[in-house]
Amino acid sequence: MFVARSIAADHKDLIHDVSYDFHGRRMATCSSDQSVKVWDKTENGEWHCTASWKTHSGSVWRVTWAHPEFGQVLASCSFDRTAAVWEEIVGESNDKQRGLSHWIKRTTLVDSRTSVTDVKFAPKHMGLMLTTCSADGVVRIYEAPDVMNLSQWSLQHEISCKLSCSCISWNPSSSRAHPPMFAVGSDDNNVSCGGKVQIYEYNENTRKYSKAETLMTVTDAVHDIAFAPNLGRSFHVLAIATKDVRIFKLVPMRKESTSTGPTMFEVQIVAQFDNHNSQVWRVSWNITSTLLASSGDDGCVRLWKANYMDNWKCTGILKGDGSPLTGLSGQPTAMSTMMGSSVQTSQNAINGMSAGRYFFPPLEPPTVGTRYGHLLPPSSLIEHCEAEPVQPQPLALPHRLSSKTLLSLPEAEGQ
Amino acid sequence: MMEEVDVEPAVTNIPAANAGKHLGFAWGPGDILVYETLYKSAGAKGPCSSAIHEVRKDEDIYSPILRKLFNESHHIFVGLQTIREDLPSKNKKSQFVSISKNYRSVIRACMEELQQAAVSTKDSEVATQYGNQVSILLAIELIWNLCEVLFIDVAHAGVLLLQLLDWVRLHKADVDEKASEVLQSESPAEHRNYWDVVVSYVLQGRLEEARQMLIKQATLQPAARNMYKLMDSLLSKMPFYTPGGIQTLTEFEVKWRHWHDEVDRCLQDNSFASNQHLEFICKILVGDEDTLLAHKDLLGTWYHFLVTRLLFCHPTVKPTELHYYAQSCMTMFLDSRSVPEPLDNILLAAFEFDIHQVIKDCSIALNNWWFVAHLTDLLDHCHLLQSHNLHFGSNLREFLLLEYASGLFTHNSLWQLAVDYFDHCPEFGRVYLELQIERVPLDTEHKALKVLRICEKRQMSEQVRSICKIMAMRALRNNRLGSALSWSIRAKDAAFATLISERFLQDYCARGTFSDLDLIDNLGPAMLLSDRLTFLGKYREFHKLYGENRFREAAKLLLSLMTAKIAPRSFWMTLLTDALPLLEQKEVIFSADQTHELMFCLEELTSSLSNTGPGTDRTMQEEDIETTKVELLRLALARNLAMAIVKEGTVES
Repeated sequence: MFVARSIAADHKDLIHDVSYDFHGRRMATCSSDQSVKVWDKTENGEWHCTASWKTHSGSVWRVTWAHPEFGQVLASCSFDRTAAVWEEIVGESNDKQRGLSHWIKRTTLVDSRTSVTDVKFAPKHMGLMLTTCSADGVVRIYEAPDVMNLSQWSLQHEISCKLSCSCISWNPSSSRAHPPMFAVGSDDNNVSCGGKVQIYEYNENTRKYSKAETLMTVTDAVHDIAFAPNLGRSFHVLAIATKDVRIFKLVPMRKESTSTGPTMFEVQIVAQFDNHNSQVWRVSWNITSTLLASSGDDGCVRLWKANYMDNWKCTGILKGDGSPLTGLSGQPTAMSTMMGSSVQTSQNAINGMSAGRYFFPPLEPPTVGTRYGHLLPPSSLIEHCEAEPVQPQPLALPHRLSSKTLLSLPEAEGQ
Repeated sequence: MMEEVDVEPAVTNIPAANAGKHLGFAWGPGDILVYETLYKSAGAKGPCSSAIHEVRKDEDIYSPILRKLFNESHHIFVGLQTIREDLPSKNKKSQFVSISKNYRSVIRACMEELQQAAVSTKDSEVATQYGNQVSILLAIELIWNLCEVLFIDVAHAGVLLLQLLDWVRLHKADVDEKASEVLQSESPAEHRNYWDVVVSYVLQGRLEEARQMLIKQATLQPAARNMYKLMDSLLSKMPFYTPGGIQTLTEFEVKWRHWHDEVDRCLQDNSFASNQHLEFICKILVGDEDTLLAHKDLLGTWYHFLVTRLLFCHPTVKPTELHYYAQSCMTMFLDSRSVPEPLDNILLAAFEFDIHQVIKDCSIALNNWWFVAHLTDLLDHCHLLQSHNLHFGSNLREFLLLEYASGLFTHNSLWQLAVDYFDHCPEFGRVYLELQIERVPLDTEHKALKVLRICEKRQMSEQVRSICKIMAMRALRNNRLGSALSWSIRAKDAAFATLISERFLQDYCARGTFSDLDLIDNLGPAMLLSDRLTFLGKYREFHKLYGENRFREAAKLLLSLMTAKIAPRSFWMTLLTDALPLLEQKEVIFSADQTHELMFCLEELTSSLSNTGPGTDRTMQEEDIETTKVELLRLALARNLAMAIVKEGTVES
């Protein structure tokens, strides 16, 4: 892996969240500077800030996109006890030319009495629904009955979790077999309060959410939680960021036909990693849930992957090198040449980062300057270049190569 | 059988602070965004950089040359999947070998192109990058070729050595360059590389070429003529096994043994003692290990040493014996202090017929999924993964194919290739495709249609609906009503079609004209998707009839729109107003009965309007216009009724 480019986000304070839109062509950032910025990716992969506006009167914790079926809609939540819904309106044509977009506030959700710690849209098959959770221990589910009128949101459910809530995650499974389900985590530090992750499930009969499960083994503060996309499996996979990274399997147990209560689950722990040394703050799955990323107190982002035997391993670490870019401003493109040096890249390629790391752990990572000569092109491909300076790279590959072609493959001819 | 080895995972450095700060992240389709942050609300404070870093996983797919590798191997892959299971295994084997060779020639072509590009570029960084890719492809091709010989072609004793010789010759091609350099010089026999070339030829078993070279030396040294003649005869007499010939392996073995003894005799009676070079060659021919090892520089690799040693000591080696010789050659060739490199281990595993180890080690050492995915797929088709007792069999194939295809999906055009790979993964292919394809950015209508066709072909109804819905929403936001309507019809989204029809009607009321006539005129049965859409279509039909002066049909349709409750109540006044010009024609168009019905409609409407009471805040002016309209209508209806009664009561003469 390598840093392809760096973008000067130009927030005046801490960035708390960065969120990609569904197609990965836009991103939104939010910060303690109370603003949200929207960025659009150009054809050649550069990011341009197309909108930046003050959204709240406190730190903005999270920003998230609605599914594009509902248009261009963002939700944000803040320390100022509110969550807000924003919609992009198609502006004047000269705005477009200047690369600007207009976002207007459609609603402010003011029901919380404390800081709103997380905001998530529900899976799209449920309609346009927004969920918030707050430090006062309440999860609220709002619905916009008319997707063309986002100024009307009704509070559909208010679920008291008793403990200060820090994060929510919807089960993205849209299968008819599973009723809507979400998990909520609490950052309450008191171990004696019991399980810090609760699973709620929608009951068709009572038309209410009721608690289906509490993960009793997670007693420390939980900072983030993420359901994995369901790959057509009969069970659910949940990642939790607490004092370590944990991956749970929730296997629904067979319901008795007479039972109208919530589904019972058999909870199995799949993996548990304390590599972050202390608190883990974020967990998130990639699109196909083949990789889990986590961020923790060791200052690293760690990537986790299961091989085909379902053995989970850390396959990569993203780590600050202690040289934060300061004075980064102006055109983000100016940065791209600085970092993405191919020396770094080729090293990674040789070190087997890309393919192998996600599959098996290497037996022995080849180090710089090992006898890697076998992978050199045959000398026939290389013109001697004594005068060339030595390249600072593991492959002492002279970079002037002769134009002589390789042997043709005789046996492949005439097929 | 999976040994667990704990090693440090690869670290990617991010230009960000490392002490006391956190790194936030966000998953993208092909990358991860990383930024400096602090999660503890109360804790260490301090300025944070507000830079966001885009970390990419794999840059290979962005190489325009490697893209050809992906494209062309995709064709081969798809062809391989369609090989029929019921073919006789002998036919299948030759097909598999030919597919394997096709894959390799794609690699070769790609290498050549990279080579050219590396030479022609002025950018040394790019040249290095291309050079690295060439070296990786070389390794891949080397491994693939060996796997082809051992696993796919399954060469038996006798043929096995011939194929290994081809393998070594193909990958140790520097001899030919050296040779042409020597031959082009003024006096080849005196060239400093002359003997290197001769010995290299012998080491590769290219004895004809070695003899040609030796003749040049012989002519220079008439005194040693007999000695050269003897060598020439030894070289020319060396027997090679001919596959498919009449000679059996045993006969060949006897013949070879005779020749070997003859060479040994020459060595014993010091026939070449006066010529150090010829003595060396003779020792090679007799398979003297020390002499071979003295030519390490010419052999280059332990596996060349292995093949040469087999050539001169064990030409009828069986596949099952290979691993023993391979292991010992590697140990003898490598210095005691040097550790085998990944490539050494991969080749050794291949010689040991440990396919799983080969795939595993390749996954680790090579930088792309392309190789392992395609090779594993081919080996799986050859039923090799089962016969080698890997209980997870096709899972390994599918795991690797899914990884490879997922990588392709992050690319803005290669994702289309990935679709076919997913199609051939029976377990998770479909769900992976569903998850990935809905993330393909729908930049243009053209691209949306392309994605849509893929989903439609696979009956992925939810994705089809979602794509259409996204496109409809986008069109509506940009006020392209026609496009929005056709996308929502495609999505079979009744609610949205109603909403857009409403917009069309509003636009009509405001401007008096319809946009997107083509679409509305050709709705056909799609009209039935929603009541409002039906009305829109019918109402437009009314306008058409009216425009074509087919007044009676137009009048009938207009009336039915109200009586059959197709038209929303809110639109009745507009419809009645549309009836006005028809009522005022000289000719009677609405019959007496129809006029009665129109009157009922008007009364129903006015009574319901007055029922709404004072709550509605309409201005006086609006009220006035409305009253005038109603008055005008009543008058026109009454006059028409009179005319109609008169006309209908008159017996035509």
